[in-house]
Amino acid sequence: MATKSLLARKKLMAKAEEQLKFLSNGIFKDELPTFRHQLEKIEDFPLKPKALEILQLNLGYMCNQVCEHCHVDAGPDRKEIMTRGTMQQCLEVIKTTKAHTLDLTGGAPEMNPNFRWFVEEAAKLGVKDFIVRSNLTIIRANKKYYDLPEFFKKHNVHVVSSMPHWTKGKTDKQRGSGVFDKSIKALQDLNAIGYGLPDSPLKLDLVYNPSGAFLPSNQEALEQDFKKALKEDFGIDFNSLFTITNLPISRYLDYLIASDNYEDYMYKLVEAYNPAAVKNVMCRNTLSVSWDGWLYDCDFNQMLEMKVESPIQHIKDYNEEQLQERSICVSQHCYGCTAGAGSSCQGSVV
Amino acid sequence: MADSYYDPKDLRKFPKITDWNQELGDKFFEYYGKVFEKGALSEREKSLIALAVSHVVKCPYCIDAYTQDGLQRGITKEEMMEAVHAGAAIESGATLVHATQMMKKYDKLSH
Repeated sequence: MATKSLLARKKLMAKAEEQLKFLSNGIFKDELPTFRHQLEKIEDFPLKPKALEILQLNLGYMCNQVCEHCHVDAGPDRKEIMTRGTMQQCLEVIKTTKAHTLDLTGGAPEMNPNFRWFVEEAAKLGVKDFIVRSNLTIIRANKKYYDLPEFFKKHNVHVVSSMPHWTKGKTDKQRGSGVFDKSIKALQDLNAIGYGLPDSPLKLDLVYNPSGAFLPSNQEALEQDFKKALKEDFGIDFNSLFTITNLPISRYLDYLIASDNYEDYMYKLVEAYNPAAVKNVMCRNTLSVSWDGWLYDCDFNQMLEMKVESPIQHIKDYNEEQLQERSICVSQHCYGCTAGAGSSCQGSVV
Repeated sequence: MADSYYDPKDLRKFPKITDWNQELGDKFFEYYGKVFEKGALSEREKSLIALAVSHVVKCPYCIDAYTQDGLQRGITKEEMMEAVHAGAAIESGATLVHATQMMKKYDKLSH
């Protein structure tokens, strides 16, 4: 398993431009319909936003893990980190936005040196649902993070954590050796202070993404299996499981190509394309802000450096009304969000 | 003759069998879909049965399809291998139980 990002390894698929070129050629030249073509067929092109509900801030690409399928290409060698200045600009936006959910992601957002300051300030602004996407192992990575569960509780943070499987083998294969044991300990720590328990207001959700070149199955059925196994084996409770389809970008795209699975995977995504999922794709109710303050339709477009098609492109110039008039940027990776029951950072959409 | 009789890409053409007989093809796919819906058995249990049978009937397309289906459902490789062994045990048992015929015939023909 790699210990460095694609960027540090100077791999071709570290470059957004190369990824987009790859996704628009080959089978999408003469065999499969482009995503734009699918939208045109249902008269949904250009794709337009609905009411803004979620403001997702990427606090930086640094992470203590180097997961096989990370769409961010995050890792310890990534130095892109949101500054306090950009965070202050975000706070100004949070004061006036109509979005009811603030969603902090990364990398490992907790590794941003201003993470706690930002959470404290943002929590004062009365956000309805305040999500931190925690990889769990960060809580056990270093003594300075051991009190994170208490910190989350103090600010009523909704914790959303990745967990590819309820068995050690599959989890460690995707996320690194020792990740499963640390994740289990972190979940037990969160449970111990009330997170994820029945009737507790402290929400703990898990995110499942497949550990290979296949699509996720039914979200409800997988949630039942996860709940049963984690409860029986480790006494762990959680609220909901979100299934997320791996989008063919960055490290996952590199994996698909290297393992000779790219073509089959894209066929699967196109065959599973569900027009009903287009109605609720997350780019229609979300805005994504990068570590350096640029605005994107979603975290995936951020990684592909596809900035919003709007005169307003940076958080310092934020104007929600004007941003709502934009058209959403799409490419073939968008098939990942419309396969089967659809996929988003909040799980299935259909 | 093609280099490989079984081309994995041909699995994608499965729905096209209706091209040459729409009525029977449609009836088959309707039945197939219904069989794998949740009933007295869960979809997960049916997926494991299908995987075991795929091996017994030695269908490469079915093995590909139900290995993938199992992965999607979170079925572990240990569960998959046990299912294949269950199928293999029945298949080899079906061979071995015929040994009783051999033994019966042998005894009848021998002094």
